Amino acid sequence: MSFNRKDLLGLEHLDKKEIQTIIDSARPFKDMFTRSIKKAPALVGKTVVNLFYEPSTRTRTSFEVASKRLSADVVSIATATSSVVKGESLVDTAKTLEAMKADIIIIRHTLAGTPELLAKNLNASIINAGDGFHEHPTQGLLDLFTMQEKKKKIEGLKVLLVGDILHSRVAKSNIWALTKFGAKVRVVGPPTLIPSRISELGVEVFYNLDEAIKDADVVNILRIQMERQQENLFPSIHEYVELYQVTKERLAKAKPDVLVMHPGPMNRGIEIDSEVADSPAAVINEQVTNGIAVRMSVLYLLAAARNKRKK
Amino acid sequence: MEILNSQQIDNEIEKLAKEISATNDDIENIAIIGIQTKGVNVAKRLSKKIKDIKKLTKEIPFGILDITLYRDDLQEAGADIPTIKDTDISFDVSNKNIILVDDVLYTGRTIRSALDVLKDLGRPKCIKLAVLVDRGYRELPIQPDYVGLIHHTKSRICVNMGDEISDADRVYVEETAE
Repeated sequence: MSFNRKDLLGLEHLDKKEIQTIIDSARPFKDMFTRSIKKAPALVGKTVVNLFYEPSTRTRTSFEVASKRLSADVVSIATATSSVVKGESLVDTAKTLEAMKADIIIIRHTLAGTPELLAKNLNASIINAGDGFHEHPTQGLLDLFTMQEKKKKIEGLKVLLVGDILHSRVAKSNIWALTKFGAKVRVVGPPTLIPSRISELGVEVFYNLDEAIKDADVVNILRIQMERQQENLFPSIHEYVELYQVTKERLAKAKPDVLVMHPGPMNRGIEIDSEVADSPAAVINEQVTNGIAVRMSVLYLLAAARNKRKK
Repeated sequence: MEILNSQQIDNEIEKLAKEISATNDDIENIAIIGIQTKGVNVAKRLSKKIKDIKKLTKEIPFGILDITLYRDDLQEAGADIPTIKDTDISFDVSNKNIILVDDVLYTGRTIRSALDVLKDLGRPKCIKLAVLVDRGYRELPIQPDYVGLIHHTKSRICVNMGDEISDADRVYVEETAE
């Protein structure tokens, strides 16, 4: 199998084959979820640590469930109650965890590049669970998995990313992965929330949602990060809703079999209309299920690659 | 070195099918599960023959099972990363008489893993093991209930066969020892 990485830091530097390997391996894990015992002993004896410097429920829980379903021992550290508040540096905290024989450390941090810093300083495998505005590779992978499962083929798919592209690491990981698979990626949002050089990544930029959504196969709606509103990047929530909310009427301009995705947590009535969120086109809850399968696949492949390197 | 040709493979499977049919009174309750990947075709052909012998009107419940995640050598240093294959068992294994089928029985470790998978899927009434070739040299206390050819060897045995009989089918021993 073509996967021999120590860490998963982002999708930018993975090639198409490696991404496909992760997605293909996720399939049998998803099948496992229908069984009464949703567990396999593949990672018995391995220690997985969740180190989250940013609030997160779904990603952290998803990694926890994924680790447990592979029979690994998993510890989650909420930094607010840890030595971090006593002033311990990030690398020192991580080295302490490694001294406790952590095999895989999953990190989320507000600063881009933090997972890379750890990867360079530690022997443990590092998984990026979101770093600043940079990448959120497992979200990108689960989005790709969901699209491939529903649409069979990514190549040629018209995928629209709606909203706050600037602050969205989900958008970046989506773009890296989707363009490698030959999807036609569009982004749309207020000009202040679209990075100026984003088109260099091979995406088409729109500022008008009604135009951008035309004939879309997939609409991936990003969360409006309410905490950003103070930065005055858009005039008001009301104006955002008027111009960029994905409504039933707007969705009607997309392909009839359009998929509606959202990485969560949703702000109903802001970036997404409730009617759309609950419509049959929405696969938002399935994304959560797929997220566990994809994370199991990543954990399995990293652990297996570790064993291979011990040779 | 060839140890079974196409016709001989078919004869061995026929023999297994007859034995299974003769020793399972409750034939309605059996289900056949082939182990990925080479056990699957043996299981398919075996299933067809049992259906013919017993003149069953319904298909015998059939499943395929992958042991990758249950292997006892996953944590071993230097092992290649095994590809996870599908496990597809669409019936409830609980209270079924399971016939577990593989092509070649050797150390017994694959079967041990397969038993672990089945245990996680439910509680079968019983599990019996059928293999096309027993190559000996067990490392675990596991023995087949139904066995085709017994050919003890430390060299790898290769099984080439599809789910239908074909002249190209053959079972042979590789020249070099493992």
